[in-house]
Amino acid sequence: MSNEPLLSVSGLSVTLRGRPVLSDVSFDVGPHEVIGLIGANGAGKTTLMRACLGLIDHRGHSSLADLPPQQRSKMAAWMPQAREIAWPVTVETLVMLGRIPHLDARQRPSQADCDAVDQVLKAMGLEEFRQRTATRLSGGEQARALLARAMAQDTPLLMADEPIAGLDPAHQISTMQSFARLAQAGRSVIVSLHDLGLAARHCTRLIVLDKGRITADGAPGDVLTPDLIRDTFGITAWYENTDQGPVFQPLEVLE
Amino acid sequence: MRAGPLFTGLILTLLALFTASLLIGPAQIGPLESLRALLAGDGGPLTLVMREIRLPRAVLAVMVGGSLGLAGAAMQGYLRNPLADPGLIGVSGSAALGAVLAIQTGFAAGFALGLPLAALAGALAGVFVVLALAGPRGTSLTLILAGIAISSLTAALISLVLNLSPNPFAANEIVFWMMGSLADRSMTHVWIALPFIALGAVLLASLARGLDALTLGEDAASAMGIRLPRLRLVLVIGTACVIGASTAVAGSIGFVGLVVPHILRRWVGARPGRLLGASALGGAAMVLAADIAVRVVVPSKDLKLGVLTALVGAPLFLHMIYRTRREGL
Amino acid sequence: MAVAGESPARPSRVVSLNLCTDQLAMMLADEGQLLSVSDLAYDPRSSAMVEEAKGYRKNHGLAEEIYLLDPDLVLAGRFTTRATVSMLQRLGIAVITLDPAYSLDDVRARIAEMGEALQQQDRAAGMLRDFDAQLAQLQAEVSRRPRTALYYANGYTTGDRTLAGQILLAAGLSNVAAEAGIGAGGTMPLEVLAMIAPELLVTSTPYPGESRSEDILEHPVVETLRRTLPGAGFTDRDWICGTPYVLRAIENMAELRRQTEQGEN
Repeated sequence: MSNEPLLSVSGLSVTLRGRPVLSDVSFDVGPHEVIGLIGANGAGKTTLMRACLGLIDHRGHSSLADLPPQQRSKMAAWMPQAREIAWPVTVETLVMLGRIPHLDARQRPSQADCDAVDQVLKAMGLEEFRQRTATRLSGGEQARALLARAMAQDTPLLMADEPIAGLDPAHQISTMQSFARLAQAGRSVIVSLHDLGLAARHCTRLIVLDKGRITADGAPGDVLTPDLIRDTFGITAWYENTDQGPVFQPLEVLE
Repeated sequence: MRAGPLFTGLILTLLALFTASLLIGPAQIGPLESLRALLAGDGGPLTLVMREIRLPRAVLAVMVGGSLGLAGAAMQGYLRNPLADPGLIGVSGSAALGAVLAIQTGFAAGFALGLPLAALAGALAGVFVVLALAGPRGTSLTLILAGIAISSLTAALISLVLNLSPNPFAANEIVFWMMGSLADRSMTHVWIALPFIALGAVLLASLARGLDALTLGEDAASAMGIRLPRLRLVLVIGTACVIGASTAVAGSIGFVGLVVPHILRRWVGARPGRLLGASALGGAAMVLAADIAVRVVVPSKDLKLGVLTALVGAPLFLHMIYRTRREGL
Repeated sequence: MAVAGESPARPSRVVSLNLCTDQLAMMLADEGQLLSVSDLAYDPRSSAMVEEAKGYRKNHGLAEEIYLLDPDLVLAGRFTTRATVSMLQRLGIAVITLDPAYSLDDVRARIAEMGEALQQQDRAAGMLRDFDAQLAQLQAEVSRRPRTALYYANGYTTGDRTLAGQILLAAGLSNVAAEAGIGAGGTMPLEVLAMIAPELLVTSTPYPGESRSEDILEHPVVETLRRTLPGAGFTDRDWICGTPYVLRAIENMAELRRQTEQGEN
């Protein structure tokens, strides 16, 4: 990768049904980042990611949205929040769908495609599910399989909408760790999530959205101040950098 | 991939049925004699029978069946709904209306491709209305209701047009347009349907990758580089081509596009893209088999193909509706 | 016209509901005796007497319009809507039902029956004399009967036990329907027709307006037969009803036979 940012967003605004959902959002994403996108329900997290990808009408500029679809699909992968698996395919087939942008004209998976799938299945601990029917898995298992699919797309940037919602604690942590591994390898991840504890521990950077605007953007320690927590989420929280790493615990709802 | 043996099996079945279709008919002729007359051609009545009656019939069965299977698989893949069948959702009915209008207004007699073009226009209107009513991801309920509405309306209009015809036979042909038949077709029908079916098949086959991606929903598919508006356009035109042309020559035959993808889905690992080719072969085999059956079961009557396909398809359809309801879709 | 000596039983307000009774009645009735004929009598494709029919009122076989004509006799065919016929009978109107003709003997019987119904026995007897004389003339000795196929819409054909079959026989032709095991009427698949390889092909005249049923008469197989066989003809309105017009049909077929034989020589 050159010094070009993986994603460059400036002045991004979205209006849905006459209501402004995103207003003048700007940020850049470089390599080696795990960016947590946090904010209350309806703050515009999903809309921001979809607009960045050019999946909805927007004003302003996003470097990904400007690319032709084919090229964009090799730059960024997207895991939507809706866990949609329309047909009873096996987990292996499901993950292989992530290779679609890389398939040649004959549309047959090459050895490289198979290797990529194997690697992702291993990374996500899905090897034993390989031949299981994806639609018959539990919700959390489906979420992991779908995330694996997005990872198999093998793009510099991965965007995932609440990928750890509904996962058990062990898989929440291991999923966040797999994002960290991607970041180490020079890729970047943008992930929306509600678990501020996991965000504080595993993200290299947090972007806080409130009513469609970025209210904070920086390292977790700099972003998760009591004032911001109060203004954005309406709660109090306990936050310490302990010898076991940063610990964030929400406490009370403010009246 | 497990699909290799499946395709081999389907092709062998198809060849066997095609041969059987050539050898079975009301005129009792020995198989070797028949094939010799077909291939060598002595200008005698036997060659006439083989080349002008049985060959077009078998070829049309393959073309029509392949179209129905392919269109069913494509529409199901796009709508992500296993109940989408060109017959059930009213596309065949609207194609038949187009064909009937073309025949009764004399447009079809005007020039050779008038009939398939009119049926294509009808099918186009049908697909368009269904997609508009059912939305991008049609729920089973809206899809079935839209299908009922369009089918009833087109059936009524077909009856109206045929009853207004000055030709006393026309009114009796309502059942042909509703149920479909390949009896007494000729090479002329093959040639007028072939270009549209070939074009439509190429268009629909090109959708394999996009339909696979749509398994994950529209958002994920778009992010994988699939241009959905283009995919939708190709799907609509491709479906209208194959269904329009087949309905123009064979009437509307229901349930093939429902039964065949349903049976074959598990054999292609449920991948919508793979299902396209398999369903085309399977549909061709099913219509060939049905067309052989109508000749064997009641040789003296022109039993309609749709009767047999409905006997197989309707119970399956009911079963699928029941299952859909249970799963709360 | 009206003479005191005429039979009081002679009906004076007759309405016909059937194409075949229409034509027989028009031939046998006195002027003014027949009020109305069915709409089919005006259709040049099915009626041999379109010009004559113009002198009568048209009816559509509906009970109420018939009743309003105040008829003292209604003539119906065996296949006229039963509901109409029984309704008229309940209303106290005399209805005479005539069977269709399946043979030349039936034609003679229908003429006689119509004479009875209209109380025009003398006219009917005269018509029968002419009929017999002309038929005798037409039925020339034939050395060989060319094998002929009758072929209609939907691949339908009729055998010897039908009026059309009898017309063929009277014209010195033989009907291939028998070879396909069809005595009255039935479907002869195209390929059976092709394999039977008739010498003459007689098809129905297509109706205006397209129909898939009649497409079969333009199927390549039928076209090939028409092109390659020594003779081909068409059935028309003269073939439909048991009236003296069948003689014209026989004459045309006999002419077709002669042309065929000349072609061979």
